Amino acid sequence: MKKVVKIGSGAGFSDDRILPAKDLAERGDINYLVFECLSERTVALAQLEKLHDPLQGYNEYLEDRFEAVLPACSRRGIKIITSMGAANPPAAGKKIIEIAQRLNIKGLKVAVVTGDDVTQLVQNNDDMILELDNSISNITKQIVSANAYIGSEPVVEALREGADIVITGRIADPSLFLAPLIYEFNWKTNDWAMLGKGVLVGHLLECSSQVSGGYFIDPGVKDVPDPANIGFPIAEVEDDGSFVVTKIPGTGGQVCRKTCIEQALYEIHDPALYITADCVADFSQVEFIEEGLDRVRVIGASGTAKTDSYKVSVGYVDSYIGEGQISYCGPNALARGELALDMVRQRLKDSKLETEEIRFEIIGVNSTLRGASVEQAPEPAEIRIRVAARTKSLRDARKIGHEVSALWLNGPAGGGGATKIANEVVAIRSTLVKRSEVKTEINYHEA
Amino acid sequence: MKLHQIAHSRTGDKGNISDISVIAYNLEDYEYIKKYITADRVKNHFYDIVKGKVERYELPKMGALKFVLHDALAGGVTRSLNLDIHGKSLSSSLLELSLNKLP
Repeated sequence: MKKVVKIGSGAGFSDDRILPAKDLAERGDINYLVFECLSERTVALAQLEKLHDPLQGYNEYLEDRFEAVLPACSRRGIKIITSMGAANPPAAGKKIIEIAQRLNIKGLKVAVVTGDDVTQLVQNNDDMILELDNSISNITKQIVSANAYIGSEPVVEALREGADIVITGRIADPSLFLAPLIYEFNWKTNDWAMLGKGVLVGHLLECSSQVSGGYFIDPGVKDVPDPANIGFPIAEVEDDGSFVVTKIPGTGGQVCRKTCIEQALYEIHDPALYITADCVADFSQVEFIEEGLDRVRVIGASGTAKTDSYKVSVGYVDSYIGEGQISYCGPNALARGELALDMVRQRLKDSKLETEEIRFEIIGVNSTLRGASVEQAPEPAEIRIRVAARTKSLRDARKIGHEVSALWLNGPAGGGGATKIANEVVAIRSTLVKRSEVKTEINYHEA
Repeated sequence: MKLHQIAHSRTGDKGNISDISVIAYNLEDYEYIKKYITADRVKNHFYDIVKGKVERYELPKMGALKFVLHDALAGGVTRSLNLDIHGKSLSSSLLELSLNKLP
């Protein structure tokens, strides 16, 4: 019988739901459960956590997720691969061992992959250029993190060494899914066309329910069944790289041509040249064929040689943002909101507060809606005004929200529900480092 | 008629770049969408936010177009003052585009 490797997607971002992953672990027909838990800036924020506490800096739901899936995965022989290590894979690995012991699960081999942290390397390289032509020397003092998007190699190696669980930090999202395919099918790591197909498996699954009906629904236009219980997707992959995207029968949501196309084109820029750590993938000739209910066959992906560098996300303390909001409703709400904005604008000007950038917006009219259609916005039943500004200090940032909340006594009639926040901004810029400068390492632990 | 009636869309982001797909519900509407939803038109629609170029990629097998909007997210998710810092809602704004007649 033809070999089929079945991979379930257990998470598509750091805050993803946990029950659908538990469902996959307990009754999904899968060999691997992969949790992708890092967005562009998650690692930088996790690095800050680790600075404050060396035992932290991994995904905040790691414990909940492993408690939910570990008993079933261990019983059913499902291997777990995840980027939940974030800024601190070693601490995450220890935590997983601790959870296994608490649940009385024995014989687990946990692989911890490190080496994506290239903060030192980046800090010591003044010539490095960031995107937007900014030299790294301009922000050296503010750098809090630099993490390279490593590829599938260390995960493949860990699987070959018999790991049941592989935990990483920053890794290219699709590589988490490509690794078990390379391992199971013995794909050559310079068979670029094949790797391109595996990257598409990863790309379609890396955002969990985005391919099975999540982030898709438009009532009456794009409906999906039982949306509250959307199931996470499964890929059934054959050794020629063709695969079917599906989900557990009876779960909510749907896998169809439309959900697959939305996900295939998501965040890849040029669909013919999607640069990843393992190859440059080509999705331009991909076809989606509906084979049955919630079963879509995917063919036609390809790829070309990988580049000689890794993308690096550099996190740095950039500025401070202060923000305040307050709501108005009923007759003349828009006019009162506009007046409130004018009053805050004048008061901030009179206080001589220095801002690098400032916004005066009306939520319900022009804050989320952007583009030419803003001018056609109708008079809303209720609106919320928003003032947001970038400042040089946290103290100045606080003044923005203060002036908005002061509208409670000093503003137009009927203002309510004022809120304010002020935060340090850890911004991200990207750069590249040579592959040869990044050394990954794997450590093994037994539960 | 609005684009919303014949196409669906999703937006994603990387740094300060916004990616927007426009996908025909029916493959036979693809040529019509391709003709009228040009990169220039998208750039004009988002005239107040897109500071860089707009590129368009054609995906006939998917019945889809893909737009890449450069310098479009006020610095990107980590430092933008936008309420929608990722620009995820730009897809809905784009589906507001008017098409003069049925394909």
